[in-house]
Amino acid sequence: MADEYQSLTKAFSGLGGLGVDETAMVSTVAKWRKQPEKRAQFRRNFPGFFTDKGIIEKCEDDYIIQLKTEFSRFKNIMVLWAMHPWERDARWAHHVLHKAHPSTIILEIACTRSSEELLGARKAYQALFHHSLEEDVAYHVKENYRNLLVGLVSSYRYEGPRVDEEVAKSEAKVLGHAVKSGGSAKLLENNEVMRILTTRSKLHLRAVFKYYKQMHEKLIEEDLSHEVCLQEAVKCLDSPPKYFSQVIDISFKKDADKRAKDALTRVIVSRSDVDMEEIREAYQQQYGAKLEDMIAKNTHGHYKDALLSLVGQ
Amino acid sequence: MCLCCCFECLPNVPPFNLILHQFSHSLTPQQEETGEREAMASILVPNPIPSPTEDAQTIREAVQGLGTDEKVLIQVLGRRTASQRAEIARSYERLYNESLIDRLYSELSGDFGKAMVLWAMDPAARDAKLAHEALHKDGDRRPSVVVEVACASSPDHLMAVRKAYCSLFSSSIEEEIASCSAYEEPLKQFLVRLVSSYRYVGENVDDNLARSEAAELCDAIRKKQPLNDEVIRIISSRNKSQLKATFQHYKQDHGKSIDEDIEKHSSRKLSGVLKVAVWCLVSPEKHFAEVVRSSIQGFGTDEDSLTRAIVCRAETDMNKIKEEYKIRYKTTVTRDVIGDTSGDYKDILLTLVGNEVP
Repeated sequence: MADEYQSLTKAFSGLGGLGVDETAMVSTVAKWRKQPEKRAQFRRNFPGFFTDKGIIEKCEDDYIIQLKTEFSRFKNIMVLWAMHPWERDARWAHHVLHKAHPSTIILEIACTRSSEELLGARKAYQALFHHSLEEDVAYHVKENYRNLLVGLVSSYRYEGPRVDEEVAKSEAKVLGHAVKSGGSAKLLENNEVMRILTTRSKLHLRAVFKYYKQMHEKLIEEDLSHEVCLQEAVKCLDSPPKYFSQVIDISFKKDADKRAKDALTRVIVSRSDVDMEEIREAYQQQYGAKLEDMIAKNTHGHYKDALLSLVGQ
Repeated sequence: MCLCCCFECLPNVPPFNLILHQFSHSLTPQQEETGEREAMASILVPNPIPSPTEDAQTIREAVQGLGTDEKVLIQVLGRRTASQRAEIARSYERLYNESLIDRLYSELSGDFGKAMVLWAMDPAARDAKLAHEALHKDGDRRPSVVVEVACASSPDHLMAVRKAYCSLFSSSIEEEIASCSAYEEPLKQFLVRLVSSYRYVGENVDDNLARSEAAELCDAIRKKQPLNDEVIRIISSRNKSQLKATFQHYKQDHGKSIDEDIEKHSSRKLSGVLKVAVWCLVSPEKHFAEVVRSSIQGFGTDEDSLTRAIVCRAETDMNKIKEEYKIRYKTTVTRDVIGDTSGDYKDILLTLVGNEVP
């Protein structure tokens, strides 16, 4: 008996997890037909309701909003999946530019897409919003990382194999020097740091980061922990699979906020055709668990099925 | 291996046939036949036009054997659009198993040779090459060339130039500008931003924004900070229609036109670059008219600049440049080119400049 209530609570995301279990809900509706006392009992035990002066169990307004979010996870993932990747990126970028702290999503788009994909996103942005992406980033971002974002979003990096090892070594030295001398805020004003991160090819940057580790015995992202924007940019440029597996793991945490949870959909949809195998490997390596298992454990219903299909075997 | 890509080193630029590869994908034959572009371009394509195969054969006859018939080369290549030239080059390569550009380079020399090779190239590859040359050679004109490439053509053309640059030089153009030791901040940041822009193309203009940004520009310029953060942001990211409106407001609301104010208030080096940017963005004919004029004035002729101005603009706005030149200098481009150049070099330039009462 208690099982029935618990499983329905779980289906409504009442015991945590993302999405709702549509199938379980519908079968309970069938089972409990003409049994309003069962529904009343469910409401009495459910954390999203409360008893108001004993007359009825009132549904919390906050909970209704939250439920709406959970129900729409499946809708969102399907709509995003159907969209052209360029339009997806353009819409995400535009959405966050008009809210506070837009750095993360724009960083992802600027650093983890190929040069052609980033150009495509910029074209889609223009077609949809009648401004160029860099124009809006330069105008709407007021934080100190504005110039970093403009530079990242405007890049059309060389993608060939040529890397000048000597230049990479000297640029690793330059970064090391910048990290030691300035405070974190100064790093964002350091022209050399900006130049290296926003213009060099990704292969070249990976060589720079490798030499940095050799010279300073620390990963560069560890030294950038005070400036989250720079740290994330470096992570995205160095290894997208590792970065994305971290984003995914944060979304599973109990105290994950709305933005962190929405990131799960975003990452899985945008990387499904790109580097999902590498993300799975990176996840296994970092967290000792299979990504598919974690998804199955932390999500419900059609949303879960869609995620698992996109993640693959 | 020297990759400076000056004309002396041209054979070393790998891979050579990429110079013909159409990076300028926006130039479809239909687009070239219609529209304002036709009106402003000065080259005169004959009607009816020989097939690309016929043209390739004509060129072959002109270059085979002893000596070269330069007149024929000028007549054929000097009267074809970029996509027509690309067709001819493909036919030539198919028929004779060698690249047309290679052949032109080995047959021709001097200023005429440089002009012909530049003209025959794909426009995006040409601009990439000119930018690369400017970044690796000595001389004051360097920032101008980069600004021209970044501002005086359409955003799609600039993207094609960036792709061509990556293919030709194994490096992105912004990477090379950013690591060029000849430029200091904030000039360097300005150039990188200009070259990285992908401006929106459209007519809708926010008038209030134009007014407020004109005020910001005026403030910065009159306080002798012509390349501060806000100026760089506005000039390097706003679309051209918006900038036109902004510059109009500048004149209306603040009494002087922006280029006059720049000249009056800023240091020579920075003001030069900002003015070139402003002109190239909204009225490139003014800038290129000036380039032509300065190249012929004084002692000797600056052939590289003269060639660049004529070759790069013959298919875009040479007619406008000729008009501007008449107004400004009370003489014609044709007369000045005749006065300062000779031989085949003069002939190719005049062919590209097109009809004009001298």
